[in-house]
Amino acid sequence: MTALGALIRRDIRIALRIGGGALIGVLFFLTVVVLMPFAVGPDLALLTRLGPAILWLGALLSSLLTLDRLFTADHEDGSLDLIVMSRTPLELACAAKALAHWLAAGLPLVIATPVLGLLLNLDATATGAVALTLLAGTPALTFIGMIGAALAVTMHRGGLLLAVLVLPLSIPVLIFGVAASQAAIVGPLPFGAPFSILCALSLVSFVIGPFAAATSLRNGLD
Amino acid sequence: MQLSPRLFGRDVRCVRGGREVFTGLAFEAGAGEALAVTGHNGAGKTSLLRLIAGLLLPAGGTIAIESGEGELTVPEQAHYLGHRDALKPALSVAENLTFWADFLGGGTIRPIPDCLAAVGIAHTIDLPAAYLSAGQRRRLSLARLLAVPRLLWLLDEPTAALDVAGQAMFAGLMREHLAGGGLIVAATHGPLGIDTSELRIGN
Amino acid sequence: MSLIDLANPTRFLALAARLLPWLALVTVGLLAAGLYLSAVAPDDYQQGATVKIMFIHVPNAWLSMFVWGVMSIASLGTLVWRHPLADVAAKAAAPIGASFTFLALLTGSLWGRPMWGTYWEWDARLTSVLILFLMYLGLMALWRSVEDPTRAARAAAVLTLVGAINLPIIKFSVDWWNTLHQPASVMRMGGPALDKSFLIPLLVMAVGFSFLFITLHVAAMRNEILRRRVRSLQMMQARAYPGSAPASGATGQIVGAA
Repeated sequence: MTALGALIRRDIRIALRIGGGALIGVLFFLTVVVLMPFAVGPDLALLTRLGPAILWLGALLSSLLTLDRLFTADHEDGSLDLIVMSRTPLELACAAKALAHWLAAGLPLVIATPVLGLLLNLDATATGAVALTLLAGTPALTFIGMIGAALAVTMHRGGLLLAVLVLPLSIPVLIFGVAASQAAIVGPLPFGAPFSILCALSLVSFVIGPFAAATSLRNGLD
Repeated sequence: MQLSPRLFGRDVRCVRGGREVFTGLAFEAGAGEALAVTGHNGAGKTSLLRLIAGLLLPAGGTIAIESGEGELTVPEQAHYLGHRDALKPALSVAENLTFWADFLGGGTIRPIPDCLAAVGIAHTIDLPAAYLSAGQRRRLSLARLLAVPRLLWLLDEPTAALDVAGQAMFAGLMREHLAGGGLIVAATHGPLGIDTSELRIGN
Repeated sequence: MSLIDLANPTRFLALAARLLPWLALVTVGLLAAGLYLSAVAPDDYQQGATVKIMFIHVPNAWLSMFVWGVMSIASLGTLVWRHPLADVAAKAAAPIGASFTFLALLTGSLWGRPMWGTYWEWDARLTSVLILFLMYLGLMALWRSVEDPTRAARAAAVLTLVGAINLPIIKFSVDWWNTLHQPASVMRMGGPALDKSFLIPLLVMAVGFSFLFITLHVAAMRNEILRRRVRSLQMMQARAYPGSAPASGATGQIVGAA
C-alpha cells in the first residue's frame, strides 16, 4: 500500500506543479462548452435541451486528451522501466496511476460542471444530475482511456491515434451518462436505471482497464 | 545452512526487430562478484541487461537467481540503472528519492539524507531536480540503489556523466555492495575501478 | 543569470519599495470615496438599486481590456526592445487581468439575473468578455507550462500580441453572431446617456480600480523578480561543488542576498 500511495501522491504532485497538465483539462472543457453556442446559436431553450449532451461531450474529449501523457512521460524518463520491474503488481500500479490522473484531471471537471451549467441555462436539478453522472462516469473514461495511453507507449505515438482508438470504446459511457442526465431532467425513464448501468460500466472498467494496460505495457517495452 | 545466491543465464538468445543480436550466451556470477559486460557498439550489452531486468523477453534460454530471496523473480531482486535517470524535474531531490524508496522499498529504507550524502549531493536536498547538472542527476539515480537494498545491481554505463571524483565514489559504493554479498552486472566501455570478471559478447 | 541582468530590476525593487505604500494609500482612498459616492447615488427608476452593480462592473470590464493592452506593450518590450523588465511586467499582469475579467463576468451575471431572469445570457458584450477570460486563462496556462520564465516569455509575448490583434475581430464576430440570432436585442448594459449623479461615482470608481491595478501590478512584479532571484540562487546552490561550502552556509547566503 505504501508503494501505491507513493505513486498516487507523486503523480498528483507533478500534475499540480509547474508544467503539469491538471488544470489545462478544465480549461479545455470550458472552451469546448463555450464554443457550442457559437455553433448552435444563443437560443437558451435549445441550449438547455442540449446542455447535458454538450457537457458530456466536453468532459469526454477533455478527459481523453489529458490522458495522452499518462504513461509516455514515465516512459521517456525511464521511470516506467522501474515501475514494471518493481515488486508491486503492474496492474495495481496502473490502477494507481489512473486513479491519480482522475483525481487531478477528472474530478476538477465534475467540480467545474455547475459553473458551465450556468452558461447553458441548466437549473439546479439538471446541473446536479449532470454533475452526478459525470462523477460516476468520468472514472470509466479514465480507466478505458488508460488502455489507449498504454498502447501509445508501445507504438511511440499518442494524440489523435489514442483518441481514435479509445473514443469508440467510450460510447456506452456516453450513452448512459447522457441518458441518466436526461432522465433526471425530463424523464420519462426513471433516473435509477441508466445511472445503475453507468456505475456498472465504471466498475467493469476498473477491472478491464488496469489488466489491459499492464498487458500492453509488459509486451510493449523495448 | 544458507546457500549464497548465484545469478546464471543459460543458452540465452536475444532477437530484436527480427535481427538476432546474440545466441547461446551463458554467464554466471556468485555473491560478491561483479560481471563486466563488454563488446562493440550494437553487440547487445544493453539488451542483455534489459533481458535480465525482465524488460525484454528472451527468444530462448533461461535467466534465474539460485538461492535468492524466496519466491521473487529476478527483476524484483534487481536495481536497474539505465541510460535515463528516472527523475521528475518538477519534484525536489528529496521528493524524487523518497518516491523511489517508498515505491520500491517496503521496510528496510536507509534515511534519505544519508543516501544523498553518500553520493555527494546532500546540499541539493530541497532543490528541484530540474536544477541539477547531468552528473548530479546521475548521482541522484545512484542514491536510489542505496536507499533500497537489492541483491543484484544492473548497471548500464554507470560512470557516464560522472567526473573523476564521482567515479571513485561510485567504485567505493560498488565495493561496499559486493562486500555485503551483492552481485553486479555492468555494461561498460571503460574500467569500473573494481575487480570484475569479463563477459565479452559479440565478435 | 549574471549580475548585469539583475542591475535594472534592482533599481525597480528600490523604486517599488518606495512607491508601494503611497500607491496603496491612494487606492484605498479612491475606492473608499467611490464606494461612498456609489452608496449615496440615487436608485434608477427602472432598475432600482441593482443599477449600483454598475459601479463595480464597468471599471472591471474596462480594466479587463486595459490590462491586455498593458501586456501587449510589455510583449513588444520583450520581443523588440528586449527590456529585462518587460516579460516580468507581462507575466505579473496576466493573473490580475484575469481576476478583473472574472469580476466583470461575475458582476455582469449578477446584474443580468434581475433583468433577464437567468444568470447568463449569450449577450454580445458578456460573451466577448467571456472569450477574453478564456484567453487570459490560456495565457496563464502557457506561462505555467514552462519552468524557465525567460523561455516562456517569448511564446507568451507572441500569443499576447496575436490576441491583441484578434480581440477586435472576435468582438466584431460575436456582435454579428448575436444580432443574427437576436434582432431585437435585450437591454444593453451601461448605455451612453448617463446622468451626472451616476457618472461621477463611476469615474471615481474607475480611477480607483485603475490605481488598484497599478498597485497590484507593481507588487506582483516585485514578487516575480524575487521569485526569479530565488530561482537563480537555488541554481547557484545546486552547482556549488559538494564539500566546498556546507549546506547551512549556502542557505545563509540566500537569506543574506535576498
